[in-house]
Amino acid sequence: MPLIETRALNKRFGGLHVTNNVDLALEAGEVHCLIGPNGAGKSTLFRLILGEHSPSSGAILFAGEDITALKPFQRIRRGMSVKFQVPGIFKALSVRQNLEIAMQHHYPPASLAEEIDKLLAFLNLSADAKRLAGNLSHGQKQWLEIGMAISLKPRLLLLDEPTAGMSPEETFATGEMVQRLNAEGMTVLAVEHDMAFVRQVAHKVTVLHLGRVFAQGSIDEIVANEEVAAIYLGQTTAHETAHEAAGDVHA
Amino acid sequence: MNALSRFFRRLEGPQTLGRGPAFWVGFVLVLAAACAYPQFSDGYTVGNTVYFFTWIFMALGLCLIWGYGGSLSFGQTAFFGIAGYSYGILTINFGAAYGFTFVALLLAVAIGALFAALLGYFLFFGRISGVFLGIVTLSVTLVLERFMAQTAGPEWRIGAARLNGFNGMSNMPPLTLPWPGGDIVLFPDVELYYVVLGLLVVVYLGLRILVNSPFGNILVAIRENPERAEMLGYDIRKYQLGTFVIGAALAGLSGVLYTSWGQYITPSSMGMTAAALPIVWVAVGGRSDLTTTLVGTVTVLAVFQALTIHGSQYALVAMGAMLVLTVLLAPSGLIFALARLIARPFSKRQPGDA
Repeated sequence: MPLIETRALNKRFGGLHVTNNVDLALEAGEVHCLIGPNGAGKSTLFRLILGEHSPSSGAILFAGEDITALKPFQRIRRGMSVKFQVPGIFKALSVRQNLEIAMQHHYPPASLAEEIDKLLAFLNLSADAKRLAGNLSHGQKQWLEIGMAISLKPRLLLLDEPTAGMSPEETFATGEMVQRLNAEGMTVLAVEHDMAFVRQVAHKVTVLHLGRVFAQGSIDEIVANEEVAAIYLGQTTAHETAHEAAGDVHA
Repeated sequence: MNALSRFFRRLEGPQTLGRGPAFWVGFVLVLAAACAYPQFSDGYTVGNTVYFFTWIFMALGLCLIWGYGGSLSFGQTAFFGIAGYSYGILTINFGAAYGFTFVALLLAVAIGALFAALLGYFLFFGRISGVFLGIVTLSVTLVLERFMAQTAGPEWRIGAARLNGFNGMSNMPPLTLPWPGGDIVLFPDVELYYVVLGLLVVVYLGLRILVNSPFGNILVAIRENPERAEMLGYDIRKYQLGTFVIGAALAGLSGVLYTSWGQYITPSSMGMTAAALPIVWVAVGGRSDLTTTLVGTVTVLAVFQALTIHGSQYALVAMGAMLVLTVLLAPSGLIFALARLIARPFSKRQPGDA
């Protein structure tokens, strides 16, 4: 049984068919990347899975349960967690309080402070615990939000362009973190543009195009697929796309 | 001892300014001064001071809803009026014997809170927020004002209580403490002063505990980023509704105390001017903290009274100007701006440090 599954999912905004009969399934323990050119419907699909949009038709199943009608917070409580593209943090509160708000219902009060310290160390934010979250650097904000997302100990972690605005080094470190979380059993679905990151972490890749699933497979299969290359970068040649996709993260 | 120190720890936290021994020594000194004050004044002036105090509950309630929760309610006066009228109707019908006035106080506050729960349910579960929340709540209080204003006819009565239209309802009994050897009637005088002061201390400390609890954490999280708060698994509508009801109950408490204080309430207590004033009190001092709201409200009320005595109708214009200037020059409140100004030469911390 897949951990998360969409069945014939459709979403129309007026005459615009943004999500077109999408079947997507993630097995538990999988790291799955969602790619596609701008306007392919990645973000909409992401928001449908989260419950921020409700589908025009179709169903979403989480661990076998139909969650199509559930509100976002109910999906979170069932074991999802999300990191938004633009860091969704509580800017006027301290870094520590950001994590406290995320974690206060998941740990007994006696061990909460200790757990926050551990997570701060994991995120490399121990020295910044008392700073206001809004004053962190962009990369630190991203990490803080990832920290808030994983502190819920989700079964499914949803990442919307987790490396947006990061340097190649930060991107690589984020990839390593995703791999570490995955090794602990977390299933990950990431919308991502950065092909180096996709190559680093993805077990499976789904390419969306014009709201449809255009191709699906391992990163090597996707890179070798010339049709994908053709749509993915528009005018760019397939050769260049493949080259970029295969690019070494250290390059 | 352990329980006591736990109690004190719960009073402090990231959501309230003022912590540590220095603050609490200051708190006790101010409280002692407030307790001693009637000994150095006459009953009339003390009664006047109680009038100031009755408004503070409404201000603290708005501070909770707006300053902490980020939802601007423009209609706190609706709950003020409903509770005030309810107190009048209950006590005019059932009298003041056997301490019933305090039962009436609780019932009236509960009626105000219940109304807020109903209204808040449709607002928050209907996902109304931002400026629309302000518009709807303001409309509600204005509708109530209009409605009460047309109840002058003799057919508008509940039991023995005439609603009395724009002239207002009067002659309800003041709060009365049952006491062996003769009930104590709490006219606007020293006795009422101590009762209201006691209530104020309880409410202030209670709210400090509330905002520094996990509930308060979620409340400020909703203010900062409602989407993120929901995506941490919190049903933010419930927290918003709970806060709205608590704030409304406090406005209701103000309404009952005001009605009992003057034995009088009119529809204009729910009108446009009345609805706008709490916003001024809370915004000017600094809405994001209970203590600055408290200090700001007392200060603005004192200034307002001085202006009313000397400048009559221009007092309201001055209030409006004060609000506009605050919003433009010190959006987080004058006390915060002042504190920053004073702290600047001494502070070597980075501006971003908490």
